[in-house]
Amino acid sequence: HQVLRIKTRNEEEVQKLQLLESLEHLELDFWINPSTPALPVDVRIPANSVQAVKAFLESHGIEYSILIEDLQVVLDKEKQDMAYSQQRDRSSNSFNYGTYHSLDSIYAELDHLASEYSNIVSKLQIGQSYEKRPLYVLKFSTGGSNRPAIWIDAGIHSREWVTQASAIWIAKKIASDYGKDPSLTSLLNKMDIFLLTVTNPDGYVFTHTTNRMWRKTRSKNQGSRCVGVDPNRNWDAGFGGPGASSNPCSDSYRGPSANSEVEVKSVVNFIKNHGNIRAFLTLHSYSQLLMYPYGYKCTEPADYAELDALGRAAASSIQSLYGTAFTVGSICSTIYQASGGSIDWSYDYGIKYSFAFELRDTGRYGFLLPASQIIPTAEETWLGLKKIMEHVRDNPY
Amino acid sequence: DIDDVGHKYHLELVLEDILDKDSTVNCTAEVLYHLGNKNIAPAVQFTIEGELKNTDEADNIFYSRIKSLEKELVAENIPDSHGSVSPEMEPIRLLAQVASGYVIWQNSTENTKFQLAQIKQVKQVKRSDDCLEFDYMILLHEMVSQEIIPWQMTVLWHPQHGVQVTQDSCQPKHVLE
Repeated sequence: HQVLRIKTRNEEEVQKLQLLESLEHLELDFWINPSTPALPVDVRIPANSVQAVKAFLESHGIEYSILIEDLQVVLDKEKQDMAYSQQRDRSSNSFNYGTYHSLDSIYAELDHLASEYSNIVSKLQIGQSYEKRPLYVLKFSTGGSNRPAIWIDAGIHSREWVTQASAIWIAKKIASDYGKDPSLTSLLNKMDIFLLTVTNPDGYVFTHTTNRMWRKTRSKNQGSRCVGVDPNRNWDAGFGGPGASSNPCSDSYRGPSANSEVEVKSVVNFIKNHGNIRAFLTLHSYSQLLMYPYGYKCTEPADYAELDALGRAAASSIQSLYGTAFTVGSICSTIYQASGGSIDWSYDYGIKYSFAFELRDTGRYGFLLPASQIIPTAEETWLGLKKIMEHVRDNPY
Repeated sequence: DIDDVGHKYHLELVLEDILDKDSTVNCTAEVLYHLGNKNIAPAVQFTIEGELKNTDEADNIFYSRIKSLEKELVAENIPDSHGSVSPEMEPIRLLAQVASGYVIWQNSTENTKFQLAQIKQVKQVKRSDDCLEFDYMILLHEMVSQEIIPWQMTVLWHPQHGVQVTQDSCQPKHVLE
């Protein structure tokens, strides 16, 4: 295919081009349509029509030049460039936050951040997945001893790729904004942040190698050919109740018992051993929701009014950036009754500020959110998280 | 609630053209979910205020392009894992979204929420008449159960005759995965 730029000198020539435009069999794709002699006309011409169009132009003495000799060459190069930049992650400056990465690539970036911002970032291992992959948490801290802290996790459901991608962007944001953003700086001067970017690494690897739509862990289920447990039905909160399946083949299988999944147990142990976590924030996709407890029962939590108001404030911050609208409410009233969920556990454990986010979109792409939306999603999500964290900072309990 | 019949919902909604966010149209609808037999699709009646955009030009370009292919179209994984859809495949995806809308409607209850998650494969089927025929294998995401359900659907389309789903069937999940 070729792209031509046609210079029209007068109305008559414009009209001739409009005639050309009407010939559908030529399948011309006008990038700039003929409208006035003052503007050039750019048109993409399929290979089959190139000769005919050039003959037409020449016979009418209409001037043109070739903008793109062979469009396929340009497209192939672009594809190549994109594939190349997707793989480039060797030096600390070249991690492309606007693309989806493999687990190894994300883990390498965790190390880069911990080394580049070693004054405030350190990497901890809180356990191992079922298939023995390390569970890495980034700790953001300016010192102190066991300061009140905020917990953020992403990727508990492996197919929700925008969450792991947003988490690593958020990690970079926190690290680089310290000392520059007054609010974040004051926050980190008083509190620590713990960020688990890939909560379910086995599932995440599986979505890359075998099944992009995999949600659960990869643990073997006794007596069943089906693999995996829904890690967000496995927490000790109304475990076994409605809204979770007892069938190992189900995508919402709760598991044989609460905390049976090592990924879940590792987080629970960490939170309990730390003893001073003040907020528990978890990222999911998709649906654009900001939810607080409960999921396992449809009654309001004691702190309903405060959580609802804070949720709305956070949703408002999210919307302020790109207009993305989030619906706020309890899990039960917003999506469905679901037992064994993480924020129900954290709330009943005593962590008042427990919220679950469902990020972009609302179903058009769903789990397959285009990479071009990663950074905008991360940016707006960050505003919502910040709003909540600021409230936690200013309202110690 | 309608005793012995089912649940009826009255809806006022705004339809937005996914290709042109500024193009919206108001709509009112009534949806009746039948009590008892869950195998009957909910009954839907609707009115649209005003007109939907004319898509003849784009329809005809797509139609001609497919008609002029030397070999029947075959494609997989639309969008791909990274959410990308090539420009040539965009109309194929839009067609799948329309057709899956029919499948979703036929299989919806008050306790389901379906979305088209991905086209796993699409194969064009040769026809002797003017219609285009595509055999799709799609993945539907059901929000409440969180299940991904493979579904086969045969879709007919012609610029003047619109979309028709002539056959569709739920497929078994592969246990190995």
